[in-house]
Parts: sequence; structure tokens; C-alpha cells
Amino acid sequence: MVGKEGVDEERRDFLLTATGTVGAVGIAAACWPFISSMNPTLDVQAQANTEVDLSGVAAGAMRTVAWRGKPVFIVHRNPEQIAAMAQSEGGKDPAPDRTRVQEPQWLVVVGICTHLGCVPNKTEDGWLCPCHGSVYDNSGRVLQGPAPRNLEVPPYHFVEPTKIVIG
Amino acid sequence: MAQRLIDWIDQRFPLTSFIKRELTDYPTPRNLSYWWNFGFLAGFLLMLQIVSGVFLAMHYKPDVTLAFDSVQHIMRDVNYGWLIRYLHSTGASAFFAVIFIHMARTLYYGSYRAPRELMWWSGQVLLILLMASAFMGYLLPWGQMSFWGAQVITSLFGATPLIGDEIVLWLRGDFVVGDATLNRFFALHYLVPFFIVAMVLIHLVALHHVKSSNPSGIDLADKDNIPFHPYFTAKDFFGLGVFLIIFCGFVFFAPEFFIEPANNEPANPLLTPPHIVPEWYFLPFYAILRAIPDTLGGVAAMSLSILIFAAMPFLDRSRIPGGARFRPFYRAMFYIFVVDVLVLAYIGSQPPGGLIFKIDVAATVIYFAVFLTLPFHSRWEERWLHARGLPPALRNLLDSASEPQPRREAR
Repeated sequence: MVGKEGVDEERRDFLLTATGTVGAVGIAAACWPFISSMNPTLDVQAQANTEVDLSGVAAGAMRTVAWRGKPVFIVHRNPEQIAAMAQSEGGKDPAPDRTRVQEPQWLVVVGICTHLGCVPNKTEDGWLCPCHGSVYDNSGRVLQGPAPRNLEVPPYHFVEPTKIVIG
Repeated sequence: MAQRLIDWIDQRFPLTSFIKRELTDYPTPRNLSYWWNFGFLAGFLLMLQIVSGVFLAMHYKPDVTLAFDSVQHIMRDVNYGWLIRYLHSTGASAFFAVIFIHMARTLYYGSYRAPRELMWWSGQVLLILLMASAFMGYLLPWGQMSFWGAQVITSLFGATPLIGDEIVLWLRGDFVVGDATLNRFFALHYLVPFFIVAMVLIHLVALHHVKSSNPSGIDLADKDNIPFHPYFTAKDFFGLGVFLIIFCGFVFFAPEFFIEPANNEPANPLLTPPHIVPEWYFLPFYAILRAIPDTLGGVAAMSLSILIFAAMPFLDRSRIPGGARFRPFYRAMFYIFVVDVLVLAYIGSQPPGGLIFKIDVAATVIYFAVFLTLPFHSRWEERWLHARGLPPALRNLLDSASEPQPRREAR
């Protein structure tokens, strides 16, 4: 139907490659809004910060607050606990206590076991995870059990001596 | 390596031969005009509607207390939610526009005639499925127009003799369009596209068996067919580009063009908006419904106005090929029909009244008269064309068609 004579093959190849490239880039760009729509929506992102008033937490007590839907443990440690933690380096994932707190009397950790995501229960000396028996101390450091890492310290800062913003 | 993988597959599955036979080497008449582009565009829109719909469903809540707000949530909070919703709402209108043109092309060129009756009828089923899907999808934003549209259309089933009230109650699952209705419409709106995809595959299998019709209306000799790729892949994608320019113009610059302002108000079962109209693509059929001042009669006329298309292969008795191209009388009727549908669409958008009603009745009579007189004037036209000699262009076509063609003229 179309004669091969007079066909500039190089020009053909260039046009085909250029068209194909523009088309591929266009399709990829058109995919982006759909992929992006599955990311957290604006109202979910607006929940990213949690403000906590610490004044009601007595020494030795713990409060659990929700941050991004996850539990965050806030422990008001007493002087003995602070002293005990300062002397220990932790267990499987050694870290000095001062790297885990901003003010020694306030420990703030994400209450999700680093093993498989259960919420550990508070004990006298720290936490015990009910799912697979990981044991954490009062600095949130794992001492024994299958958990690979210490409890995560979330980003937070003090806006007042007794008020923090997590996130 | 790649070739070895393809060889491995080809021994177990006809991959290469299938692509060769049905896509790259698929014989296509070389004289297809851009009117033959609209089937491809409809396929594109089906994919677009499914993809955008699936992503909308990830954020939508089919609950009367949440539905309207969840659509606002999609518009404001979801990343690119506004874009995905406007693609879906504009896509619905574009789908009907493309399908109506696709149907008009089939009517103009007589492509519904033998051997393509099953293509026409599977297309008829697709039209009804598309209408059902569009109607149920329109309830989901739960605005005033959504609610009252669904209220009116479900009430139509009340015209069923003897058990009308029970059917309406069963359809709604409630005494009015309510939570149960919204939930089932959402479920069915998600389900119907599966049937549409299946029916499209049947439509395509039939197409690849009988091959495309063409503007001449004559089965072309092998020498007049060219491979689908690259000629029609290029042509279809160029048409898609032109279509997308217009489509994106609406999506980005006039996205509310196809959305009734009243639908930005949450559904209120206690208050009907002063002027209630269906979406534009239902207007002609809505006008036919209103032309008959009797519930059962109106519903019957409206249903018939859609179903009567299926009778075209029987109604058209002419054996002159090429549809309206070589048939002046049929061509005139075609244009009368198009204008009549546009008049009905305008009438359907107007509040009912004295003069509007009279025009409505006249246009409805013309609508059905075009179909019902076709058996008589198509026969007469064929005799008339033979008596005065076929047009030279048609005679040349018939002469140039190769000898062993079993059917020179479409029946």
C-alpha cells in the first residue's frame, strides 16, 4: 500500500521515539493524581499534632494519649526511677537514658511494641508486651523478648514546662 | 531472552498470533472516516470511568447522613479529589456524547444492517446498561437533584399494572428514596460496569468476526483493507488527543457545566426544587415521558423510545448499501430525526407549559413516525433509486468490488 521508496527511516524513528516518550510521560503524569489520592487526606494530616497538658500526671504515674491514632505513653518518672535508668544502658538496643528524654522526669514514647505492633502493658519496672513477652524498662528500652528495638521516641517539644506538643 | 519467553508462552497460549490477528494485522477498511473513531473513544471513557470511580469509592460513604459530606470531603480534603470527581462527572457526560455520536454514525451509514445486527443489539444492551449506571451514580452525591431524580424515576415503576406500588417499595427498600436505596444504588453502580465490560467484549468479538463497516456500505475487496496497526492505532490515538483537548477543557475550566446548581444542596425529602430536570443525556426521553399525560402511557412511550432502536434491522427494508450516503430520502429522515431529538432535548429542559406541551407532543409523534414509516419508504426509495438508475458513485463502487464477493449489497 505504502511504497518503501522515499521513506526517511531516520526521521520515522525519531518521530516514533519522540511520540512514544511524550505519551509515556503523559500517562505517568496522569497516574500521579490517582496515586496521590491514596495518601493521607488534609483532614487526616490536620490530626498530626497532639497537645498534652502534663500538670495532672502525678509522679510515678502514666498517661496514654492518642497521636496520629497511635498510643503515646507519657510517664512522670520519680527520682529513683530516673537514677536507676541513668545507670543502665538498656539491653538489646543499648542507648543512654539522656538520649531518650528531653526532661529526665518526663518519658514520652510511642506505645507500640517494635516486634509486631501490640500495645505493651505498664508494669512496675517498665512494660511487658502481652503478645510475645517483650520486656521494656522505664526508659522504653527493650531488655528481653523478640522486640528488636527500643520503643520509639516521637518528635515532641515543650511549649510550657508542663505542656508538650507531639508531632 | 525476551524472545525465548515469548516462544515459551506461544507454545501454551496464542499470544503472538492473537495480537497479530486481532490487533496489528487486523484488516480494516481503508476508507474509515473519523466517525469510526467513537467506538475507541467510548472504550477509553469506560476505562476512565472505572478507574476514577474506583478511586472515588475509596473516599465515598454511601450513607444518607454522610454521603453529601463525603463528596465535599473528596472535593476539599482528598489529594486531587476534585480532579478525580470532575473527571468522573464530566466523563459521564462525555460517555453519552460519544455513544450518541457512535449510534448516529451507525444509523447514518446503515451499519446496523446484516451481518451486523448482533453488534447493534449488543450496543443497545450497552446503552441501557450505561443509562442504568449513570442514573444510579447520579444519586450518590445525595444532592437535591440526585434525590428527586431518583424519586421520580423509581416512581415510574409504579406505573406497572397491579403490583406497581409493591415494585416501587421493593426498588427503594424504604417508603421514600432513603438509606437502603442509596446503599443498593452504590452497590449496583459498582456492579453494572462489570456487565458493561463483559458486553463490550461480546461487542468486540462480534466486530472482529464481521469486521468494521465502512462509509461505502459495501464489503470491500481484500486489497481495500489495511492492517489496523499502525494506520488505525495512529488515527484512533490522534482522535483521542483531539477528544482530550475538549474533555480537559471542560474538566479544568468548566467542571460545573454538567452539574445542576441545585445538586450542591443536600437532599431534602420534604422539599422538591422548583424546577427539576434530569441530566442532559436523558432529556429527549424525559420529554417523551411528559408528552403523554398518562403515567403508564408515558412510561411505555419512554421505554419504547429507547428500545425501538433495536428494531432498525427489521424496519429498514432497503438493500441499497451505504446508508444515508446513497439514499436521499433516508438521509432526509436521518436529519429530521437528529433535529427532532435536539428539539425534544430542549423541550425536556423547559418547565412544562401550554406551548411547550404542544411542541412536545408533535416532536414525540415525529420521533416514532420516523421509525414506523421506515419499512414503507425504504422499500419505495429502493425501487425509485433503481428506476432512475443508481448514482454513478454507487455504481462505480459496486462494479469495482471484486467478483467473488458473496454479498455485494448490504441486505
